[in-house]
Amino acid sequence: MIEISNLSKNFGALEAIKNLSVKIQQGSITYLVGPNASGKTTLIKSILGLVKPSSGSITINKERLNGNHEYRSKIGYMPQVASFPDNLAVQEIFSMIKNLREGFVDYDEELINLFKLEKEKNKRLKNLSGGTKQKVNAAIAFLFNPEILILDEPTAGLDPVSSSILKDKIVSENKRGKTIIFTSHILSELEELAKEVIFLLEGQIRFNGTIEELINSTSKHNLERAIASIMKGD
Amino acid sequence: MLKRNGTKNIALLITLILIFFQSNLYTKAIKVGSNHKVKTITAALLFAVNGDTLLIASGIYKEGPIAIRKSITIVGINNPIISGDGKYEIFLVEANNVKITGLVFREAGLNYIKDNAAIKLNNVKNCVISSNKFENNFFGIYLAKSQNCIIDGNIISANHKKETQSGNGIHLWYCKNIIIKNNTIRGHRDGIYMEFVRNSNIHNNFAEKNIRYGLHFMFSDSCSYSNNHFQINGAGAAVMYSHNVEMKNNRFEKNWGSASYGLLLKDIYDSKISNNIFYKNSCGIYFEGCNRITFTKNDLIENGWAVRLMSNSMENKFSENNFISNSFDIATNSTKNYNYFDGNHWSEYKGYDLNKDGIGDVPFRPVKLFSFISERIRPSLILIRSLFIEIVNIAETVFPTFTPEALLDNNPKMKRI
Amino acid sequence: MNILAKIIRYQIHDISRSMWLIIYTLFFLLTSYGLISFSNNIPKVLVSLMNITLIIIPMVSIIFGTIYLYNNKDYVVLMLSQPIKRTVLYFGLYLGLVIPLAFSFVIGISIPLILSGKNWLEHIAVIVYLFTSGVFQTIIFVSIAFLISIVNENRILGLGLSIFIWLCFAVLYDGMLLLIIEFFQDYPLEKMLIGFLFFNPIDLARILIILKLDVAALMGYTGAVFQKFFNTEWGIILSLSSLTIWSIVPLLIGKSKFLKKDF
Repeated sequence: MIEISNLSKNFGALEAIKNLSVKIQQGSITYLVGPNASGKTTLIKSILGLVKPSSGSITINKERLNGNHEYRSKIGYMPQVASFPDNLAVQEIFSMIKNLREGFVDYDEELINLFKLEKEKNKRLKNLSGGTKQKVNAAIAFLFNPEILILDEPTAGLDPVSSSILKDKIVSENKRGKTIIFTSHILSELEELAKEVIFLLEGQIRFNGTIEELINSTSKHNLERAIASIMKGD
Repeated sequence: MLKRNGTKNIALLITLILIFFQSNLYTKAIKVGSNHKVKTITAALLFAVNGDTLLIASGIYKEGPIAIRKSITIVGINNPIISGDGKYEIFLVEANNVKITGLVFREAGLNYIKDNAAIKLNNVKNCVISSNKFENNFFGIYLAKSQNCIIDGNIISANHKKETQSGNGIHLWYCKNIIIKNNTIRGHRDGIYMEFVRNSNIHNNFAEKNIRYGLHFMFSDSCSYSNNHFQINGAGAAVMYSHNVEMKNNRFEKNWGSASYGLLLKDIYDSKISNNIFYKNSCGIYFEGCNRITFTKNDLIENGWAVRLMSNSMENKFSENNFISNSFDIATNSTKNYNYFDGNHWSEYKGYDLNKDGIGDVPFRPVKLFSFISERIRPSLILIRSLFIEIVNIAETVFPTFTPEALLDNNPKMKRI
Repeated sequence: MNILAKIIRYQIHDISRSMWLIIYTLFFLLTSYGLISFSNNIPKVLVSLMNITLIIIPMVSIIFGTIYLYNNKDYVVLMLSQPIKRTVLYFGLYLGLVIPLAFSFVIGISIPLILSGKNWLEHIAVIVYLFTSGVFQTIIFVSIAFLISIVNENRILGLGLSIFIWLCFAVLYDGMLLLIIEFFQDYPLEKMLIGFLFFNPIDLARILIILKLDVAALMGYTGAVFQKFFNTEWGIILSLSSLTIWSIVPLLIGKSKFLKKDF
């Protein structure tokens, strides 16, 4: 379980997150949504320890984050933009990531196979297309069978086939009890995948609940309109 | 009358014959040594007459100061050692035509009032000092007011550390027509010192590790020195207050250290310096108050400063020299130039030769701005080899504003001469 | 430590295939080869090489270091999402860049020397100095580069700052010293000037060169202070220890900024 209490983060004068508290249950699948600069990425990065909170606390499975790093072995992260050292080959980046976690053997290489990355294994990363990089990126996030998966715009840049492979993977991992948090701007994805919605606006949570609750609370027919109505401030 | 005259003539004849025989045909060779009848040099000198030869057997002779007032030849057999015991002068020569050879002189005593020497020649002519060894003497060979003497093939060395406790290897004072050749001088104050000397010739000598100068030359006109080798001295040679000096084929090298020079010239007029090699000296050659010197066909290689030319030096001509890999080719403290540079080779020259006549088409400016600055303000040397300094130097080469504009070589040779 | 070594290893894998590093190595190879074939005088070649390294190494290290960290920002984020300590990643990235840069300098210079068949072994002391000075420049300027790009989010600003800092150390600082020398020429300047040298790592490396090559004797002409500094072991001890301080301080400041940084 991820428990965030009274989290604030300032970048200079800019308040990216204002006194935010939320609990994300184990085994849930949460859609983090909000317009640009609403604090989505800052929230994700705070959970990953990439951004240091100005105040407040984050605990993951009762372990409080304070600059420690071991907890991240439980998290698989797929950043929005994938970037690797230009001159390493695909298989080198996998072997490097594996190398960094000594003793782990139970790799989940399903995505590598489904994406057919084997074909590309000797290509240098700088020569890969954006979509292929994104596939590598996704495969790395799932590689260590993490109990929490954080996916930032996971389907952006993927072709429809790969996108559906990834979605299936997300659903199947969630069924096996994984906690999943993802952001996306493609609203249709939400209905397929998410059970929970966290709607962020200007660094604060405007809505937190199930999709049904969201639709009901705004008395709109579908999700897109429901979200649009929150954003308009109705 | 006739008979009386005849007797007189016969007496005169006999006298003449006696004198002739005594001085030439019947000159004696006196053997001196512990195995001979005559044990000491002092004793031998008592009954030696002009023209005699003293043959000194090997051994150590400590006899106090020995004055030689007869025209004799002293020859050492198997390197006999004559010692001054660290206290007194050894030989004082006060007769003409004395020849001294094959001896080893040791430890003429240090004396702050009197210039004790292993051999002092005082007011004599036609003496020859050759093939002797001098070890740890205050002064080695000292000539005062003497003429037509030859100092040849001696090896003179000392281990003095301080300038004040050390005399000169060969010291000349008020002398004329002296030849100093083939000597080796090490570890003295000055290797060869000359003051008020005329028409003398110094060649093929080797002076190294002398505390002050390899050759020190003052008020000595019309002398020449050639084919000498000066290395690792305080300064190779210092030539001062003289004119008509000729210096050629000498090698000045590794006179390296603070305030070291290959050749230091002060108040020298109408002299000629040619075919010398200046290699790895802090300052190859230093001109102060020097006029009308012809400086030609010399090699100046890897010196700190190849030439330092003070503003009181004028009308000196520098031609056909090789300036190679010096930190500074020419340094001067003057903003005007009264000297001539023509047809030298400069390894720093970056110009081109389109018509292939071997002469660069663009004049060369041997004075860098930085060498000019560091000549005025010494501490600026700390910036040597800085990129900033290189940039400033290039700028100054293109638009000379500080360095003497007329100081340039219009015909720089592309190849080493 | 183990993880550090792994990060460095992959880092080296990456950078050693980079075009820039290949050009950098080739530059030293060609310069060294060119100088050696032009001159039989190995010490002279070494002096020229030292002069070149004084300009090139700081410039390449600071510019390449800055660009490198900017270009790999997303990679840093990816690595930080792994269970790795930030300190380890920082030193991994740093050493992973410094080691190939230093290595290509050393290789680029030594191969032509060794292959030349000339008497380079006689001058091994000077060569060791050349390498020491070059490696120090790499260490120092990469750490300054890291500090700049960690502190500045704006990469154009960061790159501009890097070039400016290089220009300051390589050129402007000495210009300032020359002005000071000119203005205060009537005062005893020597101690102050030596003091000023310690604030500029390029000057310090230049001093090492002067110390080890014969030019040091010229300093004797400037008086007792330089004489003592340049012609005794004092100069070497002081400049080596200051270079060490220069290597450590920006690196540690960079580390503490890296630990606090939001990615």
